[in-house]
Amino acid sequence: MILYELISFEALRVIWWLLMGVLLIAFAMTDGFDMGAGTLLPFVARTDIERRVVFNTMGPVWEGNQVWFILGGGAIFAAWPPLYAISFSGFYLAMFLILGAMILRPVAFKYRSKRKDPRWRAMWDRALFIGSAVPALLFGVAVGNVLLGVPFHLTPSLMPVYEGGLFAKFFGLLRPFALLCGVVSLALLVLHGAGWLVLKTTGDLQSRARRYGVRAGLVVLAGYALAGLWLYFGVTGYAFVTPPAHDGPSNPLIHEVLRQGSWLAAYGERPWILIAPVLGFLGTLLAIGALRSGRDTLPILCSQMAIFGMISSVGLVMFPFILPSSTHPTSSLSVWDASSSHQTLFVMLVAGVIFLPLIIAYTAWVYRVLWGKVTPESIDENDTHAY
Amino acid sequence: MDFGVVELSRLQFASTALFHFLFVPLTLGLSVIVAIMETVYVMTGRPIWRQMTKFWGSLFGINFALGVATGITMEFQFGMNWAYYSHYVGDIFGAPLALEGLMAFFMEATFVGLWFFGWDRLSSRGHLMVAWLVAIATNFSALWILIANGWMQNPVGAEFNPVTMRMELVSFYDVVFNTVAQAKFVHTVSAGYVTASVFVLGVSAWYLLKGRHIELARRSIAVASAFGLAGALSVVVLGDESGYDTGQNQKMKMAAIEAMWKTQPAPAAFTLIGLPQQETRDTKWAIHIPYVMGLIGTRSLTEQIPGFDELEAESEQRVRDGLTAYDLLMQIQEHTATGVDPALIAEFRQHEENLGYAYLLKRYIDDPRQASDAQIKQAAADTVPTVWPIFWAFRIMVGLGFSFILLMVYFFWRASFRNMRFPGWALRLAVVMIPAPWIAVEMGWIVAEFGRQPWTVDGVLPTAMSVSNLSVAEVGLTLMGFFLLYSALFVVEIGLMLKYIRKGPHDDVTLTDDWMARHRARLSPSKEIAR
Repeated sequence: MILYELISFEALRVIWWLLMGVLLIAFAMTDGFDMGAGTLLPFVARTDIERRVVFNTMGPVWEGNQVWFILGGGAIFAAWPPLYAISFSGFYLAMFLILGAMILRPVAFKYRSKRKDPRWRAMWDRALFIGSAVPALLFGVAVGNVLLGVPFHLTPSLMPVYEGGLFAKFFGLLRPFALLCGVVSLALLVLHGAGWLVLKTTGDLQSRARRYGVRAGLVVLAGYALAGLWLYFGVTGYAFVTPPAHDGPSNPLIHEVLRQGSWLAAYGERPWILIAPVLGFLGTLLAIGALRSGRDTLPILCSQMAIFGMISSVGLVMFPFILPSSTHPTSSLSVWDASSSHQTLFVMLVAGVIFLPLIIAYTAWVYRVLWGKVTPESIDENDTHAY
Repeated sequence: MDFGVVELSRLQFASTALFHFLFVPLTLGLSVIVAIMETVYVMTGRPIWRQMTKFWGSLFGINFALGVATGITMEFQFGMNWAYYSHYVGDIFGAPLALEGLMAFFMEATFVGLWFFGWDRLSSRGHLMVAWLVAIATNFSALWILIANGWMQNPVGAEFNPVTMRMELVSFYDVVFNTVAQAKFVHTVSAGYVTASVFVLGVSAWYLLKGRHIELARRSIAVASAFGLAGALSVVVLGDESGYDTGQNQKMKMAAIEAMWKTQPAPAAFTLIGLPQQETRDTKWAIHIPYVMGLIGTRSLTEQIPGFDELEAESEQRVRDGLTAYDLLMQIQEHTATGVDPALIAEFRQHEENLGYAYLLKRYIDDPRQASDAQIKQAAADTVPTVWPIFWAFRIMVGLGFSFILLMVYFFWRASFRNMRFPGWALRLAVVMIPAPWIAVEMGWIVAEFGRQPWTVDGVLPTAMSVSNLSVAEVGLTLMGFFLLYSALFVVEIGLMLKYIRKGPHDDVTLTDDWMARHRARLSPSKEIAR
């Protein structure tokens, strides 16, 4: 157990904070294009065969992509149990809507082509649209709320108490800033989904995807810029009264927290993190350019860069906070007081170091095997197993 | 805490877990059966085996989609409805769930898509490898989930930390090699193999009765009966292993299975059947088989299995000692921010193992230290579970388990030594038996999980403490939502399954090669079924 001695608790906490980011980014990069393409379905596909093409571009890969979401949930449970407990029970109805949507998606994929009845197919088309657009929007709303801080506190026994009744809790999430974040995330994933459809399809379908992708990209640019200004002028940040020990026990109540300054002050303290929003803007701009210039592979690579930059920017400006409390700032969760124990983080890291590269390797292999365009002809040839 | 929220959260967990578990066993078994069929295809090159692989694979796909969809709920429900549980044991319980995603589910989900879409893109050996990767990953998935569940039944390798107010991991090795988890794993995957075998057997029998797809049906019966026989034997043997571990670790559950109201002199008799009466604490019209219970539960003739009378008295002792632990914990909490006196923690450690029993009082009073004697007795009485559901669920499960052995033995014998000729009555029986394994596995879930009450983590955290801070309206709303969504999906799923079973394989393979010609006599429809 020499390694265990070598990797300090502090280092493990930072590593797991990074890994949480990696998982969220991987989820947005892979399942993100499924959600984007699913949202675009009613706009870009006009005929049944075109809709089947859209379904089949994702057909073989959506299942693996969705596992990033499940793995993200599991990893947050294992590495940041209070975050898992408070956010999931606090965003209760929103989480339920996301779950409902995520349940509709797999069945839409599997069941749509099982009957020829147009009403049957139209029903699953709607299911895919809802199952894609709703989570894409709500993930952004959730991020917005995390930046604003959410109304919870911890009892001395660390039981989370989330304030507000049934509807106050749900509609309380739909604050203007959070909704703006929701629009940005929806538009970003639509841009990404458009990139995917451009990569995998041809003809009219592809050119429609380009057009919608460009529009979504413009919304992303405007929305992300606006959100940045809003954060600077309209949102108060959080800070520790005295800097906490980085290897202390995971009990948020030990450290006093105040609301002060702006999240964006982080750019002054750690100027290098400016790279994140720069990548966010640059990726979006390049994606728009690539879509307009008729490239097939480039748009999705650029939208990946945009996703990487934008998600990183949120994590980096908040560091070390991961879930601030708006009503009882001292209950706020941070990297230094909301993690699992040293031992658990270590065991999980060993597993992650072995298996994450494996996952990336075999996922890459599967994408390579499936490389190439999906066309109406290829679906007719494989009528027995295509969606 | 609001008791309505506790009950509704339990109902939600039980119903979503039971629903999820309608699809899991078939996925577990069918993934292996399909991989076996594909192996035969690749080894022999006979088209009929490719057709079998594809046909059962298509049913696997319909079932798999709902297994995945309902599994998502399971992964997130802990945080949504069981926030204090998630905080209290996430340090241990979260890890196997995350590892399941990392090591198993990812592989399963990534390759299952390739399996369906890769027929023309991979070599036959490559495609076969993908089939086995799906099957192995599926079973590996079950391993991690049951390690997590096994820890709830027998919480080893962990220690309570009074400063962070939660259980923390001490030995990952102990958590993984928890004997309860290991026995449960083999028992559960074997149950999955039996489920899928009975399903394949039943559907094939129906084809034979209808005189359709005879070649596919007979070979499928041969595979299913052999595989199912191994599974059915293993499920009973490992069920016995589970029973032994239960006896060692969860004496209350054992007593409930047995309706063991009073401690009996060793070796205890097994109550074959009877009507357990919770109120009067006896079992009406009980039929006993001497010695058997003592043998299952302790594997000895001299060791006693404690009854509820003895166990409840023990619980009361533990509640009282737990109150000392609780009192010390409150003192520790007051000093958490400023630094805790190590002597206080040392004293707390003396009583720590009974802390969970003091939490039982939280149902009745906010501060357990103020509890009256009557409340303490009530908390102790709460550790005795409601007996009849466990008693009956166990008997139905075991009875069906033995019936599967008989069914599989019969079909295996006819398939191996009677030229695959099956009498009509046996085929009809096989069709009727299709739902039986699902009943058995759901009963198994009830024995294991209802039998764990009133705890979420045995002896550590009561169910009533584990819930989120939610309102009845919120949990009720999502419960209704899940009910509507799941009902709709269930109707769709069953409809599609029936449609695809009725439709049969995509196109019947024409049997022209030499091997088929030479074996024509043996393969032609038998008189018994060609009516």
